[in-house]
Amino acid sequence: MSDITSLITATAAELGQRIAAREISSVEVVRAHLDQITATDEAVHAFLVVDTERALAQAAAVDARIAAGERLGPLAGVPIAVKDLLCYEGLPTTAGSRILEGWVPPYSSTVVRRLNDAGLVILGKTNLDEFAMGSSTETSGYGPTHNPWDLTRTPGGSGGGSAAAVSAYQAPLAIGTDTGGSIRQPAAVTGSVGAKPTYGMVSRYGIIAMASSLDQAGPVARTTLDAALLHQVIAGHDPLDSTSINAAVADVVGAARSGDVKGLRIGLVTEFGGEGYAPGVELRTREAVTALSAAGAEVVEVSCPHFVHALATYYLIMPAEVSSNLARYDGMRYGLRVGDDGDNAVETVMRLTRGKGFGTEAKRRIILGTYALSAGYYDAFYGSAQKMRTLIARDFTAAFEQCDVLVSPATPTTAFRLGERVADPMAMYKSDLCTIPANLAGVGAASFPCGLAPEDGLPVGFQVMSPALADDRLYLVGAALERELTAKWGGRLLDQAPLLPGTKVVR
Amino acid sequence: MPYDEVVARFEPVLGLEVHVELSTKSKMWCGCPTDFGGEPNSHVCPVCLGLPGSLPVVNRLAVESAIRIGLSLNCDIATWCRFARKNYFYPDMPKDYQVSQYDEPLCFDGNVAVEVGGLTYQVPIERVHMEEDAGKLTHVGGAGRISGADYSLIDYNRAGVPLMEIVTKTIHGTGAAAPEVASGYMAFLRDMVRALGVSHGRMERGNLRCDVNVSLTPRGSSELGTRSETKNVNSLRAVADAVRYEMMRQGAILAAGGRVKQETRHWNEGGYTTPGRSKEEAQDYRYFPEPDLVPVAPDPAWVDELRATLPEHPALRRARLAADWGFTEREFGDILAIEGALELIADTVAAGTTPAAARKWWLTELARRANEAGVALDELPITPAQVAEVQALLADGAVNDKLARQVIEGVLAGEGSPAEVVASRGLAVVSDTEALDAAVIAAIAADPEAAAKVRDGKVAAAGALIGAVMKNMRGQADAAKVRELILAKLG
Repeated sequence: MSDITSLITATAAELGQRIAAREISSVEVVRAHLDQITATDEAVHAFLVVDTERALAQAAAVDARIAAGERLGPLAGVPIAVKDLLCYEGLPTTAGSRILEGWVPPYSSTVVRRLNDAGLVILGKTNLDEFAMGSSTETSGYGPTHNPWDLTRTPGGSGGGSAAAVSAYQAPLAIGTDTGGSIRQPAAVTGSVGAKPTYGMVSRYGIIAMASSLDQAGPVARTTLDAALLHQVIAGHDPLDSTSINAAVADVVGAARSGDVKGLRIGLVTEFGGEGYAPGVELRTREAVTALSAAGAEVVEVSCPHFVHALATYYLIMPAEVSSNLARYDGMRYGLRVGDDGDNAVETVMRLTRGKGFGTEAKRRIILGTYALSAGYYDAFYGSAQKMRTLIARDFTAAFEQCDVLVSPATPTTAFRLGERVADPMAMYKSDLCTIPANLAGVGAASFPCGLAPEDGLPVGFQVMSPALADDRLYLVGAALERELTAKWGGRLLDQAPLLPGTKVVR
Repeated sequence: MPYDEVVARFEPVLGLEVHVELSTKSKMWCGCPTDFGGEPNSHVCPVCLGLPGSLPVVNRLAVESAIRIGLSLNCDIATWCRFARKNYFYPDMPKDYQVSQYDEPLCFDGNVAVEVGGLTYQVPIERVHMEEDAGKLTHVGGAGRISGADYSLIDYNRAGVPLMEIVTKTIHGTGAAAPEVASGYMAFLRDMVRALGVSHGRMERGNLRCDVNVSLTPRGSSELGTRSETKNVNSLRAVADAVRYEMMRQGAILAAGGRVKQETRHWNEGGYTTPGRSKEEAQDYRYFPEPDLVPVAPDPAWVDELRATLPEHPALRRARLAADWGFTEREFGDILAIEGALELIADTVAAGTTPAAARKWWLTELARRANEAGVALDELPITPAQVAEVQALLADGAVNDKLARQVIEGVLAGEGSPAEVVASRGLAVVSDTEALDAAVIAAIAADPEAAAKVRDGKVAAAGALIGAVMKNMRGQADAAKVRELILAKLG
């Protein structure tokens, strides 16, 4: 391996150690990743904006502090990509929507501030479905992102940009957000690790809201330990977010280092399989369960009968919140303004702006949500969805009396082709069939790579769900699986990915 | 149709919705100041501007204020309730929804007794809930209303200021007293929020805004009539006038066999209402629980603590003060007629001044100066304690009445405490008897004619001599003492 290659294929944990030991500088690490972005992003389109100068300045500052003898955190000097849903002062933030084009937030989200405080270097902002609404990154107002495993396929969504950046070695780490699976499903179809912490563990302050009661930011990485290290940095109470939980962050890093699942009771969700699931997905899921069993875990089958209603429930609650959260994009204060010709009334300008600025999926959800909350329909739609949400949460409670974690496929199929589901919203929505229940109940969940589907050679993700606040269990299982499978494969799953044109990776 | 006839044929039914702007230092969801005035859009941040990604955090003092208001209205306090979003598009709302409360208000089921003409009327309270204020739109061009304006300016300084909405149930049985019951209820709310210290309670500034709902039911019928809602009625008198105007207007329509339209109406300075938006095209606000905020669940022990520390009921307090101070009804009425005077006088009395002296200062000299400066009495830069200090200087003879006024002038000009003003302006009365004696002798010598009259027993003529002495002493003498000296010398 050339030195450049080692800089971009190394894990975040390794990079952090070597930077701290002054074996390498943060500046060279950051430069190597910026070069990889330049070389590959024309094909992948993971980034919406790259913040070259500030990244290099941040890297130089970290190097200077280390040179001055300061002891910084384990990820100091390590580059990271941030989903373009998080406000970052001074850098355009679009949420993937044309309606916010050109808006530069005057403040940074709590997650970004925590990254800065921990010495991570922000490379830029990654592409996403418009306002994080989609499962393929195709609803982005700025063009789709391509899956590094197969450029004709989607990298999943909404956080396709973050997952693609990590799997294309453009960044060792990325921040995603997950409302119904937007971290886990892209991680699954790109062979990366993605975790959605317990709702309330990571501050939502400064993250553009899609559905407030479901949104949660989390780590995307190539290894379980890297994801845990990043989880540790961004989690914790924030007085600026009322829904933030004031509780200690579970020892996710300790769990990722241990990977000891002996005696851990693992519950396989019986509802997630069968019709609609790719054979390769079911095969690799069974193999993962077997591997965990071999590592000493007890495996049981668990039924969560209400999970089959999760998708319908989600598509009432989420659009309801969306319809309200997206109201503020009216052309009055920031972003796009259309039709302000001096004659048009304010209502006209609002209507024209929203008509032009929002894409089809955003409009579909605004209309769905408006309908679900309307007088005469509220009880039947929003009201009954909230009741079902409670029943789904109870399924989790009951299941966690029988086992310590729940497992399932992360997504029913591997990466689908660009354009394949654009005209069929239901097919698109079903990508999140397995991931949605965890959002509705607010519990922690993650996806770990568990192999390639034999039929198409594309990555399969294995989902782990933990009780609220017990996010460490995700990493316990993830680390065990990673240990067992990399031993079997003789390397990481991503080593099997085809090389991208222009990439600096050499194997 | 004359008012008496309207009342004879119809029973008025009232409903009052009052918005109270709280006087918390910071806004409902963020740390921005709530100060009135200030450059447009200078008291704003990502939260109150509703910038993408921002989140609200509830102001605990606002919740406490709402509970104290609820307790003062004899309401039950919810043990658990939520905020809700009220969705509608309007440029003065940064988020295009207002965070309010819907079917789970913080306080509910209260009642207030209002006295009018010796009779007590019960005003039942439906609810008190918390919400946020919107920004302020200024329409430029046209008639200053949104329709016909060339363009509009938005100031978000007010956006996110905590508001309490107090809603009555329908108020029945007020008859001819309906206008006075409505204004009496408003007066109660104003005095109550001031006594609680939760709001400045200035109607003219919009701290208290009243929406007046009026309908008429034909006597003998149990059916409720169609109501009108007159928005933003901003003085006690206007509240009574709006009720009376709507009773007259609706009475005339009904008497002529017409139908009252359900609509919102504007209150006009000239004392009449005009149609606003028709309720028939009312919006669907699509309320739902605010997911960005956690439920409010006040600890019952805390509520009990707040209940135990409620101030005296304003009406009882007024009655007690009236009795303690011993003013005539008219004298006391003069105090009540000036906004804030009761508190200022009470505080001045508490600082050691007699009620009569406190009343005199605040209702004459200080009221005049407030008038000249165009500010409210309690906005004068002088405290009740300072007024008490001036009065003490006067009582001690350290200054005379005229000098006392100059001391007050100095305090108002920011020259320091009364004692400091006396020192810096050299306003102390000359008590040096020799200097006074010399001045008296000089005055008698200079005006033998007056002196002769006084000697002849025409005591009134001493005035000219006193005036001369005072002039000579530049006013810094005790006039009573000068008079004494003159009479002694000419006696």
